[in-house]
Amino acid sequence: MKRYLPFIIVGLVAALAIGSGAFLYQRKRVANTPAKIPKTETESSGKIVHTLGPDEAPVTVEEFGDFQCPPCGKLSEPINQVQKKYNIRVIYRNFPLPNHRWAKDAACAAEAAGRQGKFWEMHDVLYREQAVWSQSTDAPTLFKAYAGMIQLDLNKFKEDLDNPEVQRQVETDHERGVAIGVKTTPTIFLNNQAVPPPQLMPEEFAKAVEAAVNQAKPPS
Amino acid sequence: MKSGKQNAKSTTDKASPARTSRAQTIFYGIAAFIALIGLAEATYLTVLFLSGETAVCGGSPDCFKVLGSAYAKIGPIPVSGLGALAYFCVFSFAIFAGFGYARARQFFTWTVIAMFAMTVWLLFVQAFRLHAFCRWCLFSAALIFLLTGLVVARPAMPTRSN
Repeated sequence: MKRYLPFIIVGLVAALAIGSGAFLYQRKRVANTPAKIPKTETESSGKIVHTLGPDEAPVTVEEFGDFQCPPCGKLSEPINQVQKKYNIRVIYRNFPLPNHRWAKDAACAAEAAGRQGKFWEMHDVLYREQAVWSQSTDAPTLFKAYAGMIQLDLNKFKEDLDNPEVQRQVETDHERGVAIGVKTTPTIFLNNQAVPPPQLMPEEFAKAVEAAVNQAKPPS
Repeated sequence: MKSGKQNAKSTTDKASPARTSRAQTIFYGIAAFIALIGLAEATYLTVLFLSGETAVCGGSPDCFKVLGSAYAKIGPIPVSGLGALAYFCVFSFAIFAGFGYARARQFFTWTVIAMFAMTVWLLFVQAFRLHAFCRWCLFSAALIFLLTGLVVARPAMPTRSN
């Protein structure tokens, strides 16, 4: 028996390491990859727009967000949850506020990630790590690190960050917001109706979406 | 008789278990335990890498700088994954060496030396190229320094008296 004991110990540890790694990976995948239908499509104006969920969804949530805005960060996960739960359509538009030092850089980072089809992955990372990079003295370096984490082509990402078209895209989003009266973030439109500020708390927002979904259901 | 004994000694297969002293068993037990901790840490970091999640460093941005840098992977393979493999090898060799496999002792030593060299390189990268220290990497470096210290201070195998 003693002859086989080292083989048994090593085998058990290998199985344990692979098993626990696979289990943890599955859990992280489920947590980090919501059932989204991420898209980066081009509007008739030629502007790129980032959406989640089916185009024909009866409820559309359009958010004007600032990645450095704490309430936007708090609302990010609840929006992901209601998107998954009700399979609604979510549109994200950048609205970086001038008083947030890194907001525009963050928006550009998300747009640059979008050019590699990973806008929503970067969106989620930026909100998840908001407390860290917001206080950093060198947030752009962190954005590059995040790009590495979500496995972007780093050279292309850096090129896109300096691309005037990416910056222009963020500005176009901002101009669109200003044109329809957006002043603060988050500003959210639920089926083209502005959601009043009291309903922007995570629980209230979920209720508002649920009500909109129920309203959109055909009467049985 | 004496030459017969010598012949028997020279033909002993190094892959077969031999008797180990109590000190050797304790030594390899400690080494296996340290390698197990390193294996758990490296596995966790590999999972984070594969799932695209960022490691948390208690509010410090340094982990992101280090783990998201070009130095954190070799081709498509994360360095943490290679670390997990290396820790598993050290664990396995320590276990086999503890059970008296002579060849496992040699593999154990060489693997720890290779890991030590890699650790020195990664510490250099963090200090002089990235100007950021990842706490997970520092913890792993501490484990490898500990293993290297154990290798240096390893008790001698009991010699056979004729």
